[in-house]
Amino acid sequence: MSSPVVKLVAQRIALGVLLLLAVSVLIFAGTQILPGDVAQAILGQSATQESLANLREQLGLNQPAYIRYFHWLGGVLTGDLGTAMSSGQDIATSIKERLWNTLFLAFWAAIVAIPLAITLGLIAVRYRNGWVDKLISGVALASTSFPEFFIGYLLVFYFAVQHQWFPAISTVYEGMSFGERLQAIVLPAAALTLVVLAHMMRMTRAAILNVMQSAYVETAELKGLSAFAVIRKHAFPNAIAPIINVVMLNLAYLVVGVVVVEVIFVYPGMGQYLVDHVTKRDVPVVQAVGLIFAAVYISLNIIADIAAIVANPRLRHPK
Amino acid sequence: MTSELDYLSRRVASGKLSRRDFLGRAAALGVAAPFANSLLSSAARAAGPVKGGTLKAGLVGGESTNSLDPALFMTQVPFAFGKCWGEMIVELSPDGKLENRIAEEIGSSDDAKVWTLKIRDGIEFHNGKTVTAEDVAATLERHSDEKSKSGALGYMKGIDTIKVNGKEVVLTLKEANADLPYLLSDYHLIVQPNGGKDKPDAGISAGPYKVKVNEPGVRHVGERFANYWQGDKMGHADQIEVVVINDATARTAALQGGQVNMINRVEPKIVDLIKRVPGVTIRNHSGPGHYVFIMHCDTAPFDNNDLRMALKLAINREEMLNKVLRGYGSLGNDFPINASYPLFTEIEQRKYDPDKAKFHYKKSGHDGSILLRTSDVAFPGAVDAAQLYQQSAAKAGIKLEIKREPGDGYWNEVWNKQPFCASYWGGRSTQDQMYSTAYLSTADWNDTRFKRPDFDKMVLAARAELDEAKRKQMYHDMAVMVRDEGGLILPMFNQFIDATGPKVAGWVEDPHQELSNGYALAKCWLEA
Repeated sequence: MSSPVVKLVAQRIALGVLLLLAVSVLIFAGTQILPGDVAQAILGQSATQESLANLREQLGLNQPAYIRYFHWLGGVLTGDLGTAMSSGQDIATSIKERLWNTLFLAFWAAIVAIPLAITLGLIAVRYRNGWVDKLISGVALASTSFPEFFIGYLLVFYFAVQHQWFPAISTVYEGMSFGERLQAIVLPAAALTLVVLAHMMRMTRAAILNVMQSAYVETAELKGLSAFAVIRKHAFPNAIAPIINVVMLNLAYLVVGVVVVEVIFVYPGMGQYLVDHVTKRDVPVVQAVGLIFAAVYISLNIIADIAAIVANPRLRHPK
Repeated sequence: MTSELDYLSRRVASGKLSRRDFLGRAAALGVAAPFANSLLSSAARAAGPVKGGTLKAGLVGGESTNSLDPALFMTQVPFAFGKCWGEMIVELSPDGKLENRIAEEIGSSDDAKVWTLKIRDGIEFHNGKTVTAEDVAATLERHSDEKSKSGALGYMKGIDTIKVNGKEVVLTLKEANADLPYLLSDYHLIVQPNGGKDKPDAGISAGPYKVKVNEPGVRHVGERFANYWQGDKMGHADQIEVVVINDATARTAALQGGQVNMINRVEPKIVDLIKRVPGVTIRNHSGPGHYVFIMHCDTAPFDNNDLRMALKLAINREEMLNKVLRGYGSLGNDFPINASYPLFTEIEQRKYDPDKAKFHYKKSGHDGSILLRTSDVAFPGAVDAAQLYQQSAAKAGIKLEIKREPGDGYWNEVWNKQPFCASYWGGRSTQDQMYSTAYLSTADWNDTRFKRPDFDKMVLAARAELDEAKRKQMYHDMAVMVRDEGGLILPMFNQFIDATGPKVAGWVEDPHQELSNGYALAKCWLEA
């Protein structure tokens, strides 16, 4: 691989790291300006002045903010995310399982959603402006336009309450077999698939249609290739960059944007974990989860960038 | 038809339907009396506890921040799971009396200052150790320590010394308290080996189930403890499981879909729909919980009793009960006590009276609108309730201005800080506890700023009084005082509304807390 590509990739990664650092400052500052503080949140209704003062002292809330920031950053860099203030558990340990659950759900949603979206996109291009195209676009857009909790409840109502084919709640836990886990996440994965489908499908369709206007596609058609062969061999490879971009964006959404779906299906993932700790003002956990979400988002975007660069022949073969 | 008869006969067996009614219904279904009678006896035979199976509850009120340390219990899931694995010194029985558990006998000196708990022989902890007086004393010591951050600390502060004398624990109180046994039934006071001083969140006690899985905010599993000391009464299912389902719709769907056998907190507005689902039974019961609007008696304009009285008369309680709670509750009468307290006495019901309200409002001399703060978290339906209040008050010429506060921070920034707002109370097990928590001049949670030295004296006197009749009279007088002069507007008491799925039997109605005071999983069983 030639040097401009390596340079570009290196630049992207460096930028990503810098961005992550900036995000860490933002997250820390953001958690500082939340109303109330963690001592008050832990004691709740039962807070008295005395117990508040004691707890603040014990939790080190009396130190200035910048000292706490560097203390925290140092810990994060050495893999120590601290302990949760509200329950005293080690954050890294509790997050590991939650993150794994979230990734498991995202993975299976993506396995279904991405090929489905791209295939549907290709079919829509093949029969563009016909009724097949309109049907695919219409259904996909409708499913995306509905709020995800609505889709979730519809799925629960039909598949769990009316027909009882799948469980209404997707609690997964240790000791569950792989098959049981898969069965548990069918409904949330379906809901997520419906939510992200249209975006990817429409992008695939638009990107390929764009390429279809070019001369070499016309040439291919004139050579007598079948419509699908033209799309697969000539149009798709040239349209891959924007498609990868939108796929990565949606992958990121599957990891960091699933809070609502997790709550509806009672799925023990990162979103639910974050919500619980936000309401408790458990700052260390909120910071850790925020940072992980940011890292996932930024790295998926870097991958998208790099893939787009690598897929672009003009960048691979500079003049 | 057979399933209908089955259903009816089970209702008779569980005491929900009289025998006469059953025979009448059976006749209507075309069944001859002898056959119906034989059906009934087989249902009664089958009604004994069935051992085995897994009983699952889907409950709201669990977070990933929960701990197994009983001192830190606050929400419903730790509370209900705690009743499965924990054993208490003494417990409230469903009929409002006391049920001795680890304490075999509780006695007091004549002045109610020195209390002796005799510890029952032969109760075993999950770790195989025998429960001793030392363990009980250590438990009480830990909860009296500020460092434990125990939810029971407020009451425990009243204990001066805790001593062990052979098989007895002797408690000396700072001030006389005739209600001490009730205080010891606080759900935080689960007896742990060495009081839990070594490892507070070990999850070991002497309850009917051993902690098997503890995933805070996700699920909790208990397996039957073979050596439980009263296994004939509790611990029928082989395994119990609490699944945390905070979303109300998901909870209902899980019950309908059969993933769980019981749920808590069914929303009043959907009860009538859930009732129609085959196999589902609604278990509603009134308790001490109440929804309130609170005025600070020491802040203008609420420092004027005529204005307070005007606001009390300007609320339409019946309308609110019907519209906000859909009838699943009872009318409030502006004092925080109802029939679920052992020493309750009736007082004339206050009614909506716009004319009288107008009179008192005029007399108070107040002019202009009054700001009422409310929020979704104050109680379910609090925003709607405030709007109803606004309308009924307008008819009395009182202008209420409603401010909807964000739920986040409501308990820190609004409740107990702002002079007029919506709130709720879960209630307590005795009048003394309720009045001491929120109506003593010195109480941290005196959220109506009701500061009356004469009332304080009455609270202390009633607390030390061992003669029940005299005590009843004292509590009556105190209730009248709060009702007519306090800052509490109490339109309604809410009910606990739980629901069970098919085959769940053995439900016990308990006025103290939801889910049979938390014992639903331990006391119910699955019919074969």
